[in-house]
Amino acid sequence: MKQKKEFDYFDRPETIKKLWILLYVVCVLTIVPDFFTDRHAYFGVDGYFGFFALLGFISCAVLILFSKLIALVLKTKEDYYDR
Amino acid sequence: MIGDFPPAALLILGALLVPFFKGNARNWYVIILPALAFYLISQLQPGSSWQIHFFGFDLTFLRVDKLSKVFGYIFTLNAFAAFIYSFYLKDSTQHMAALFYIGSALGVVFAGDMVSLYFFWEVMAVASTFLILARKTEKAQGSAMRYILVHIFGGLCLLAGLVIYINQTGSVDFNAMTDRNLGTYLILIGILVNAAAPPMHAWLPDSYPEATVTGGVILSAYTTKTAVYTLIRGFPGWEILIVIGCCMTIYGIIYALLENDMRRILAYSIINQVGFMVTGVGIGTMMSLNGAAAHAFCHIIYKALLWMSAGSVLYMTGKSKCTDLGGLYKTMPWTLIFGTIGALAISSVPATSGFTSKSLIIDGAIHEHLFWVWLILEIASAGVFLHAGIKFPYFVFFAKDKGLRPGETNKSMLIAMGFLAFLCIFLGVYPKPLYDILPYEVHYQAYTINHVVAQLQLLSLSALVFFLFLKLLKRTETISIDTDWFYRKGGRLFYYLMDKSLNGINRFANRVLAEGLAGFVGRISRRGPEIFTLGVLIPLWSVSGSKGEKLQGKIETARAALQTGTAPVGIGAALATVFLVIIFLLT
Repeated sequence: MKQKKEFDYFDRPETIKKLWILLYVVCVLTIVPDFFTDRHAYFGVDGYFGFFALLGFISCAVLILFSKLIALVLKTKEDYYDR
Repeated sequence: MIGDFPPAALLILGALLVPFFKGNARNWYVIILPALAFYLISQLQPGSSWQIHFFGFDLTFLRVDKLSKVFGYIFTLNAFAAFIYSFYLKDSTQHMAALFYIGSALGVVFAGDMVSLYFFWEVMAVASTFLILARKTEKAQGSAMRYILVHIFGGLCLLAGLVIYINQTGSVDFNAMTDRNLGTYLILIGILVNAAAPPMHAWLPDSYPEATVTGGVILSAYTTKTAVYTLIRGFPGWEILIVIGCCMTIYGIIYALLENDMRRILAYSIINQVGFMVTGVGIGTMMSLNGAAAHAFCHIIYKALLWMSAGSVLYMTGKSKCTDLGGLYKTMPWTLIFGTIGALAISSVPATSGFTSKSLIIDGAIHEHLFWVWLILEIASAGVFLHAGIKFPYFVFFAKDKGLRPGETNKSMLIAMGFLAFLCIFLGVYPKPLYDILPYEVHYQAYTINHVVAQLQLLSLSALVFFLFLKLLKRTETISIDTDWFYRKGGRLFYYLMDKSLNGINRFANRVLAEGLAGFVGRISRRGPEIFTLGVLIPLWSVSGSKGEKLQGKIETARAALQTGTAPVGIGAALATVFLVIIFLLT
């Protein structure tokens, strides 16, 4: 007898495609309010349109690239300390 | 007068009774103890009591104010959840160690003087070591050894600082430090060791991931947060803490991004989160100090929740490396849901507790017009979502299915996680109960349209970057070298260098002095008289006509006589004359 089919929704390529679309839509939606609201700027730059979106994007990209770079020096085999 | 009983004593004395309970009774007992302590704390009236005169010091075991109470609440609340989580555990040693550890953390928080604070500080270090040792693996033993050594170092710095401070001020009272001198800086270093501030932080990611499943949950809350409490109490407004805190936030992210072991990811994220609190203390305004306390409160809850979900995975699969895990959403949906709530809370997603507490610190920086501090904290906030908010759940529960089908974890674990997940959302939606118990009065509204939109922009773009850069973030079976290298490998390097240099000097000295010079002096002093005497006599005998065998015979006789000290008086006198001449010439 065949077993009950496993729940594998998140493994399906069409789900992953939907999630990508969802992610892009959410990103755009968060920027939309910047058209309508006038954000109080404490430092000047934080009042610009889409500032926090840009900050999120750039800082995360830089963090990942920097950690990749530093990994060249810091990464080592798991048994490093046992040798 | 039960209201005046120190909550630390309740847990520490309670720990001694643990062995008398068996089976489930023991597990119920350890759940009830922190619940009782929580009630006890809620009944405490502000003021100082339990003052004892001890070796000329006035010790205060119970100093109650809003600051000590807020930490008391969260310490006991978290202990309550942690013991529910460990209901399956049949190990009274771990329960006792945990109660001693949590009890002494409460002791630190309610200590009104520095002597009793130091005492509880050290008990914490010792008791917590047993939670690591209880894993009973060789790796755990090694890291427990390093853990205790680092904490002994930190404790000694603290002690040295306290001795200097008490000598200078003549008082053991523990209040905000204003003088900046050797004593207070040593105290600060001792505390920063426990706060896991780089470069003295490596003990944390080295040891916590080696602890037991429940040990990791308990350890994640107390050592670093007692340090945060001590900083709020003793060092508010010390600008150096802003720099240290900002470094911690970024440092934790970078290492968490490199890390493969899920519990090590969480360990590095503790450093990142404590960085926010340390920065808040450094800013030192009422708002930012409130923020540090509130963030410690919320952090303990969601970090315990994250450690619990990671612990459940480890408990069910026996694995903790991202490269071995993946696809667990199919069989551990509840662990996934609760873990994700913790991950969202740590990322300060609106409607979770991280949002209502971290905002206090960031707005504290804004109010002081600290542009760079504000910018770094915002960058770090985006980075938190990257390493803890998405990376942890994604690689453990989704990513590539590794064929693990462990099934859902046990009920007590799920109940504890559900309880903490509820608190994460409750404090995010309705933060007033938390704001009411903070040390200073709060007039703050976290939910403004601008603030929510800014945070959502930051986080959703951070998520986008994560998935765009997913190839770069692919896990590898590696570890990253951290500052513990200096005492793990550095020790061997030190040994090698010392071996080569000092033993080299030793060998050289042995050859030249012990074997060479000493032998030379020995030969000289033994054969000196003979050499000098014969040096004078041989020419004389030659001149007087002795030759060949006859001369040889005379030399042999004189040598034998000199070596045995039976030289004829004439020769002895001649020798004495020769020495006198030499001495005369030399002087």
